[in-house]
Amino acid sequence: MVGHSPPPFFKRGPAPLAKLVFFVIVSLALLISDLNLRYLDAFRQGLSVLAYPLQMAAATPADFVRNASNYFSSLVRLQIENKELKSRQLQGAERLLRLDQLEQENRHLRALLEARERQPVKSVVAEIMYTAKDPFSRKVILDKGDQAGIAAGQAVVDESGVIGQITRVFPMQSELTLLTDKDQAIPVMIVRSGLRAVLFGSGNGLMELRYLAANADVQPGDKVVTSGLDGVFLAGLPVATVAKVERDQAQTFARIPCLPAAGVEQFSHVLVLGHRENLPPRPPEAEVINKGKGAKGRKAKAGKE
Amino acid sequence: MQPTNRSSRILLPVKMWFVYLTLFIALFLNYIPTGHLPAVPDFVALVLAFWCVREPLKIGIGAGFAFGLLTDIGVGAALGQHAFSYVLLAYAANELSRRVLWFTPVEQALHVLPLLFMSQVVMVLVRLMAGAEFPGWWMFFGAFVAALLWIPLHYVLLLPQYQPVSRDENRPI
Repeated sequence: MVGHSPPPFFKRGPAPLAKLVFFVIVSLALLISDLNLRYLDAFRQGLSVLAYPLQMAAATPADFVRNASNYFSSLVRLQIENKELKSRQLQGAERLLRLDQLEQENRHLRALLEARERQPVKSVVAEIMYTAKDPFSRKVILDKGDQAGIAAGQAVVDESGVIGQITRVFPMQSELTLLTDKDQAIPVMIVRSGLRAVLFGSGNGLMELRYLAANADVQPGDKVVTSGLDGVFLAGLPVATVAKVERDQAQTFARIPCLPAAGVEQFSHVLVLGHRENLPPRPPEAEVINKGKGAKGRKAKAGKE
Repeated sequence: MQPTNRSSRILLPVKMWFVYLTLFIALFLNYIPTGHLPAVPDFVALVLAFWCVREPLKIGIGAGFAFGLLTDIGVGAALGQHAFSYVLLAYAANELSRRVLWFTPVEQALHVLPLLFMSQVVMVLVRLMAGAEFPGWWMFFGAFVAALLWIPLHYVLLLPQYQPVSRDENRPI
C-alpha cells in the first residue's frame, strides 16, 4: 500500500473559489453561445422537456385567473361584442361568397396562363398562454408546438395583422417573438407610396421604420404592410400605422415610430401561418451586388431570423 | 425564541430532501407566468440564499448553477443568465454565512438584501451587454420584496428542524 494516504477527516470538495471560477466560466460560456451563436437550442429543448410539467402546473393559476375574469365579465359587454361580431360576419359573408367565386375564376385563369398555382398556406390556430417572464424581451408562449407542426420562423397573425414570428419550438409549446421586441425586424412596404423599408421593434410597445431617408415619402397615418421580400411573411398583411415622422436635417435618416396594427400585446387566439412554398429561386449573389441594393440583403437576413 | 445560531434552541439536522423540495417549490413559483408585473421577487434566489447561508457545507454553487439553468429554461431567459447570477449569489451567501447567522432575522434580511440586489444587477448587466432593452427600474423592486419575505421564510423553512421543547433538569435548553 505505497502512497496510501489516510482518509480525510472532513469530506470537502474543491475550494469554494475554484468552484466559483469554474461555474462562472461555464455560465458565461453558456450565455455567449446562447445569445450570440445560438448553439444551444437542442440543449434547451432537452431541458425544457424536464421543466415542462412544472411549467404547466405553474401556468394553471394564471389560466384560472384569466378564466375567472372572463367569467365575471359583464353580460352587457358580451352582448355588445356579440352584436358587433354578427354585423362583422354579415359584412364578411358577402365578401366570402364572392371570394369563392373569385378563387375559382383565379384558378381557371391561372390554368389558362399555365402559371404555377399558388399553394394554399397551411395554418394552425393557437392560443397565447402567457407572456414569457423574461423582462428583457417581448415574447409570448403559444399552446401548440412541434407536435402541431409549428416550426421556427413561421409568421403569426391575428385578425387584424401580423403579430410576430415563432422563434423557438418546443414539443408542446412554442415561443413567439412579438414585433415590438427589440431584436425583431420585418420587411415592409408603405401602401400609399409603395416605398419598401424594414420595420424594427423598438421595445416600448412601438415599432420603428429605420433607414428611410429624411426626405422619404412617409406621412403620419400611412398604412404599413408586409412586402413579402423575405419569403417568410405573405405580402400585403397589415403590420402597422405610421404614428409620426420626425425629420431632423442633422440626421441622415428620419425617425418614424409606428403603432402596431394587430393586438400585439393582447391575449387572444392567433393564426400560425405555414411556411411559404413555391418561392421563386434566389437570383445568384453577383446579380444582387450589381443592382446595388444593400437593403435587400438586410431584409433577407431579417426574414431568416 | 429565535432559531438562529445565538438562539438557545437546538435544531435538528436539516434534511436534504427538504432543501431540494423547497427549491423546487420556489422554482414553481418562479414559473408562474406573472408576465411583466413589477416587484415580483425571485423566489429561487431567495430560497437559495437562505439555504446557502444556513447550510454552507451542504448546498452552494453547484445547486445555484443547476437551479439557475432550470429558471432560465422556464422563464425564457438567455441560457446561463440566471445560472451566472445564482452562482455568484450562492458563493457570496456561503461566504457570509458565518457572519449572518449571528443576527436576528430582520438584520439577516438587511444582509441578504444587497446580495439579492446584486444578483438582479448582474442579470441586467449581462443582458444589456448582449444588446437587450433596459426593462425599467421596477425590476429591482423584486429584491426588496424578497428581502422582506426573508423574515417569514426564516420560520417556515426551519419548521421541520424544530423539536418539541421538553425541558427537564437534564436538558435545560
